[in-house]
Amino acid sequence: MSSPILEQQIASPQTPGAKYFTPFEVSAELEEEARKRIERYPAEHRPAALLPLLLLVQERFGFISPEAVQWVAGMLDVQPIRVEEVVTFYPGLRQRAPGRFHFRVCRTLSCAMGGSYELMDKLCELTGIDRSTISHRNPIAVSPCGTWSVEFSECLAACGTAPVCMVNDDFHEEVTPGRAADLIASCRDKSKD
Amino acid sequence: MSKIEYRKDRKPHPREHRLVFRNVDRKGWKPDLKHYLEDGGYKQLRKALKMAPREIIEEVKKSQLRGRGGAGFPTGVKWGFIPPGNTRPVYLICNADESEPGTFKDRHIIHQDPHQILEGMIISCFAVNAHLAYIYIREEFPEGARILEKAIREARRENLLGNNILGSGFNLEIHVHRGAGAYICGEETGLIESLEGKRPYPRIKPPYFPAAIGLWMCPTIVNNVESLCHVKHIIAMGGDKYAELGTPRNTGTRILCVSGDVQRPGYFEIELGAVTMGELLNDLCGGPKDGRSFKAVIPGGSSARIMRADESYTVKRNDEEIEMGFLDLPLDFDTIAAAGSMAGSGGIIVLDDSRRMSWVLNNINQFYAHESCGQCTPCREGAAWMRKLTGRLVAGTATPRDVETLESIAYQIDGRTICAFGEACSWPVEAVVGKFRDELLAETSARNESLPHNPEQAAQQRYLQEA
Repeated sequence: MSSPILEQQIASPQTPGAKYFTPFEVSAELEEEARKRIERYPAEHRPAALLPLLLLVQERFGFISPEAVQWVAGMLDVQPIRVEEVVTFYPGLRQRAPGRFHFRVCRTLSCAMGGSYELMDKLCELTGIDRSTISHRNPIAVSPCGTWSVEFSECLAACGTAPVCMVNDDFHEEVTPGRAADLIASCRDKSKD
Repeated sequence: MSKIEYRKDRKPHPREHRLVFRNVDRKGWKPDLKHYLEDGGYKQLRKALKMAPREIIEEVKKSQLRGRGGAGFPTGVKWGFIPPGNTRPVYLICNADESEPGTFKDRHIIHQDPHQILEGMIISCFAVNAHLAYIYIREEFPEGARILEKAIREARRENLLGNNILGSGFNLEIHVHRGAGAYICGEETGLIESLEGKRPYPRIKPPYFPAAIGLWMCPTIVNNVESLCHVKHIIAMGGDKYAELGTPRNTGTRILCVSGDVQRPGYFEIELGAVTMGELLNDLCGGPKDGRSFKAVIPGGSSARIMRADESYTVKRNDEEIEMGFLDLPLDFDTIAAAGSMAGSGGIIVLDDSRRMSWVLNNINQFYAHESCGQCTPCREGAAWMRKLTGRLVAGTATPRDVETLESIAYQIDGRTICAFGEACSWPVEAVVGKFRDELLAETSARNESLPHNPEQAAQQRYLQEA
């Protein structure tokens, strides 16, 4: 049985956020960095560098494209399906581009009690994100302009200062729904630099 | 850069006993090697390197240190499971995948005292003869990973890591390995699979401990961040002296993380058993929010069985059975276990009388349904079913039979899975249904029996109505 959401994803695999990321490209520098990461594991256990390489790709290019999967498989001398099964397992690995500013809001108990669902609603309202596209396969919703994206994340381990939220790699605590506007404004300031 | 603001003005509560958290929120403290060395850092490493590895393991055994990650298994005993006469390489992994809902201690150690982790790790590696160690840190701590990598570089420069550490002839490399956002990677065999570059499906037991067969089929020790930090303090104090802290079988200090409906949530490092639940919640955390009262507490991360605040518990003390009110329970591993729950990871989530238990349970079920790795059928299917049923409770479309089904599903998962995730996802349901059955039933209605619960049923019903 085919699902409409799946078909939509196959037809248009990219999100408006893709314009903020450079397309995947292998450079000498990238290969050098990959080699450094591979060296951290015993030579006979190269596949251990799978996650480090996938995270490297995601840091540089925003998400993990099918070409990147092929490259990682080649670097580690494993079949691409080994890489693919890992990419599709972990919530932290993305196959589609997020927005330029990616909000990960904690939805687990302490944060939910502190108002993280309201925070999510507020963020979507302020950035014009339509959350109805979110599904188990596709947990990220991107704004039409590609600048913003949101995702509910499971426990971010800062329950004492709920609700908490990550913006890209930065961590923000006690982000009550009332502070959503400030958070977005601080991102806007950053994008002017 | 990170926006985490450390509360430099926040002094530890007088009831606290800070060992591991000594440098957390400390005034004028910086998490670099210079500050750490000036504060007497790596002194215990020098001391340990002069001891025989066997002696270090003996000290840790004497200290009766129990793992701080969740299961509370004695660390020294775990180390002793490396097969005697082993000729394969031994690996040590620091489990920094802190992801049990309610727990937020490891992040602060990583961010504010990374060298304490390294010192504990180097001593532990020396004790178990490991020459390669990894810190498995969750993907959501990018800043933490950078801080640890910087600390490792600093330590290597001072010959605290690398070849011939401080002239002792001992070689060790430590690397940071980042995860990718999966809760199951906190399970030690799942973590090992993940580190090997696979999906983190926990391994079939036996062997029960990766100390027998672990990373790359070699003996592997997996310890929590906090447990490894305690090793340093055990070397400093001596195992026997350390065991005097706390109560028998529950020795030392541990960090409790309180979140939810209290005036002052936060982390508190206390001597085990020295503080009761009531003292923690009312004195250290300032009591319930204005006009509210405590309803229930999840005492050790979201997978621990929930405890009612108005219940009394029968606890064994020196072969005597004592009846204790909830607020009088001393906080240690054994008392909480005797009261029918577990001290787990030390994450205490407090719920007050404004909380609907169906909503709370649904939130927990959503977590477990999302995080089940999908390897074992009872857990993969059951966790999702339980989420669906509590979803109906929250939406007001549940029938009394749904509560029964919910409970029976939970008891069918428990004990029938490869790893402890089965228990982790079923215990909250078993406890909430068992202790708040009336409240859940009050939200159901027998009239909901006729409601369509999925799109196909809804379509069928529409079709019948139109026909």
